[in-house]
Amino acid sequence: MKVTMRVNGVERSGDVEPRVLLVDFLRTNLALTGTHIGCDTTSCGACTVRLDGDPVKSCTVLAVQADGREIKTVEGLANGAALAPIQVGFHEEHGLQCGFCTPGMMMVTSALLERNPNPTDDEIRWAISGNICRCTGYMNIVKAVKHAAQMQADAAKAPAGAAVAGGGE
Amino acid sequence: MSSTMHMHGGIGESIKRKEDGRFLRGKGSYLDDFVLPNMLHMAILRSPYAHARIKSIDTAAAGAKPGVIAVVTGELMAQHKLAWMPTLSGDTQAVLATDKVRFQGQEVAAVIAETKYQAEDALASIEVDYEVLPAVISPDKAKAPGASLIRDDKEGQKDNHIYHWESGDQATTQAAFAKAHKVVRLHTFYPRCHPAPLETCGCIADVNGATGKATIHMTSQAPHAIRTVFALVTGLPEQNIRIISPDLGGGFGNKVPVYPGYVVATAASLLLGRPVKWIEDRNENLISTGFARDFHMTGDLAVDEKGKMLALRVHLDSDNGAFFADAQPSKFKAGLFHIVTGSYDIPTAHVTADGYYTNKAPGGVAYRCSFRVTEASYLIERLVTNAALELGIDQAEFRKQNFIQPEQFPYHSATGWVYDSGDYEKAMDVALDQLGYAELKKDVEARRKKGEVTGIGIASFTEVVGAGHGAEFDILGLRMFDSAELRVHPTGKAILRMGTKSQGQGHETTFAQIVAEELGIPAQDVAVEEGDTDTAPYGLGTYASRSTPVAGAATAMVARQLREKARKLAAHLLEADEEDLVWERGKFYVKGSPERSKTIQEAAFAAYTNLPEGMQAGLEGVYYYDPPNMTYPFGTYAVVVDVDKGTGQVKVKRMVAVDDCGVRINPMIVEGQIHGGLAEGYGIAFMELITFDDEGNCIGSSLMDYLIPTAWETPKFELGETSTPSPHHPLGAKGVGESPTVGSPAAYVNAVIDALSPYGITNIDMPVTSDKVWAALRSKGVTE
Repeated sequence: MKVTMRVNGVERSGDVEPRVLLVDFLRTNLALTGTHIGCDTTSCGACTVRLDGDPVKSCTVLAVQADGREIKTVEGLANGAALAPIQVGFHEEHGLQCGFCTPGMMMVTSALLERNPNPTDDEIRWAISGNICRCTGYMNIVKAVKHAAQMQADAAKAPAGAAVAGGGE
Repeated sequence: MSSTMHMHGGIGESIKRKEDGRFLRGKGSYLDDFVLPNMLHMAILRSPYAHARIKSIDTAAAGAKPGVIAVVTGELMAQHKLAWMPTLSGDTQAVLATDKVRFQGQEVAAVIAETKYQAEDALASIEVDYEVLPAVISPDKAKAPGASLIRDDKEGQKDNHIYHWESGDQATTQAAFAKAHKVVRLHTFYPRCHPAPLETCGCIADVNGATGKATIHMTSQAPHAIRTVFALVTGLPEQNIRIISPDLGGGFGNKVPVYPGYVVATAASLLLGRPVKWIEDRNENLISTGFARDFHMTGDLAVDEKGKMLALRVHLDSDNGAFFADAQPSKFKAGLFHIVTGSYDIPTAHVTADGYYTNKAPGGVAYRCSFRVTEASYLIERLVTNAALELGIDQAEFRKQNFIQPEQFPYHSATGWVYDSGDYEKAMDVALDQLGYAELKKDVEARRKKGEVTGIGIASFTEVVGAGHGAEFDILGLRMFDSAELRVHPTGKAILRMGTKSQGQGHETTFAQIVAEELGIPAQDVAVEEGDTDTAPYGLGTYASRSTPVAGAATAMVARQLREKARKLAAHLLEADEEDLVWERGKFYVKGSPERSKTIQEAAFAAYTNLPEGMQAGLEGVYYYDPPNMTYPFGTYAVVVDVDKGTGQVKVKRMVAVDDCGVRINPMIVEGQIHGGLAEGYGIAFMELITFDDEGNCIGSSLMDYLIPTAWETPKFELGETSTPSPHHPLGAKGVGESPTVGSPAAYVNAVIDALSPYGITNIDMPVTSDKVWAALRSKGVTE
């Protein structure tokens, strides 16, 4: 079947069997390998992407279900060289170690921050409770999200046109 | 730009990680991200039974399915003498079963097809006729008279016993027990659990038919050792084998062994002349790859009337699964379990261990642990708390009375270890202060009077990490050294390559910082590479917290060698005697004339452009470091829990962790490691369990059954530190990645047992789930 969707703002199409998972379509057909597979059973959240803005586990969505819809993956977070606040937060607060859960974590928490720009620790922990991290013990992921929230709050107060600082190499 | 980009990044600086950029952008290179031209996909058919004879395998229908290129069976592998392979513990393991299957999930056949979906589809068309045999699922059942013989493939194997192993002194221990005022016994089972890194295991084997070169991308924590094992298994010349371990999505010990899938994929690529990718799914990961623990332990602690520990006697039965495939130093059949005297000055000890085959997955790996030190630490710390409760002595006080004292180091333990350094009471005092122990104890008393169930648990662990030295520690004869190769380019930038392999520990940052400190080149200017056996120097890999103790030491040593050459270059440039030059991180200056100086970058440029007469060009070197001893990190963890009598639910209210890992190279990374280990320790204590029914069916084969803590359950951690440098490590560092998993399970469980002690409950085996706590309370008549 032919499917067409907007992925990170660009229209992308492919010919897939009806049973193909969205995560496989993104990784195999579109070579967007930032979205990871950790379990196949909707348990770990490594494959989380945003579907029409909502975080979904793309191992449990068929590619055909995404036809005509809007997808955002980790590759769509940064604006060129400038990292998004959630990426800066993860870097500055050491919110990642092996990095395998990180794309899913950032997709779910960037959605959280749009809904709730100033979440409490418990609200962050609840929001990421469908996403497993084996490395960080979650302490610094919580801090990373708060860091991003603070950056967004600061940016909202700053004069228009102020650039968001990047992170990492 | 990172907020710490401007920093030099020497030792002790919490610079942000250099590796983050690619991961944040979704541009990491994990194994499954690689796509090679013409690549095929492999899927493995696994046994549904724990123990069964294979009567026949019919692959005709599977071979005719769309996209299928080949179906591989044990018979085909046997034709190439690859149906069996050696294990890291000197046993043999079936690659694809030829005679029997010996655990549920064992590899029986493999389909190679054009796509992953086609390979998976065809598995269902392979017809295997099994004759089901009785399954043996515990050491007790393995040694029972009439137990079915699991390893009938091994000549001379008459029962399911694998090994008997002892450490310590039986006679003096018996004598001490005879004089004891009291003997406290704990029998506890450290259940089977699984490292379950978020990325599963896999490989892409690419054997070039024209050149004979086998390039194998593999999720490996120990690529160099694997290359040698592959050479021995397959007969391929070692120079024609290249293992590339790319970015790893966690490892925790799971990615140390050689798995049958690697061998089958390589053989398939060799036979088909195309690259073959095999990625296991989560179910396969949990049921077939390296499990951890599964130790049934009994400890007896003898004490005198004053509460002084006199002797320790331990027996353990180890459940090793169907093949003895533990990844551990070859001299030690039960790993480093004989560190079981822990942090205590126990004059004599005797440890006995017996290993058994069972119809369970093989491959006892150290899940975030230095070869079974986790089980040892758990036993002694649980036993010490139980002894304190039984003797009516405060559990902190009892520990202090028996700690090895700072002046006793280097300390020779009763089972032959030489502890390098420690100050256990200091770490405990920091933890107790941070916890507010004295006040908290009063609070616990008061709340118990009101009928509440609450308790405090303490564990004061000692780890043993950083294997070798090589004379004592080897894997299949390979001495456990490690290596670092440092090349400084003409512009003063550098590349460092090591024999280790990061799985998220931040090696690209930490090891650049060692160069920054020792050679003065800013950490941002030092690229760090690991994992490619064609480019990196040989090393034994990353596990057992050995990267900083061993490869970190190698890095410091090679940087110091280059600094000495740079000194000669600087002397040449300054027209001064090298003895007159003073090193200040990043430059040499002439004694008494600090304005006459040359930077390390200027010296590096001279190494390629302006050499003194007779000196070889270049500024590079390699160092193979064989440590003189292990390192012994330690600490005290303290946990406060509340237990709901009605539901049995345990709530961890506080978790204070004070770690002493000697000198911290990047404190931010060290703390991140500790957080992660404390969370995994929490999972092991309360949630994670691989168990089996009587027929040997694995219960815990998906993340819906094998429960890993999420952010919601995981407690908030409060960290503290002391620093007692290792006297023999060039930087005084000890390694830290595993301390929190080693130390924390006992602290968590001790808190529960302390809470339940007023009801006469002395043990609940992990995972301490609500139903077990509920049942324990009900067994003591608690009904509300």
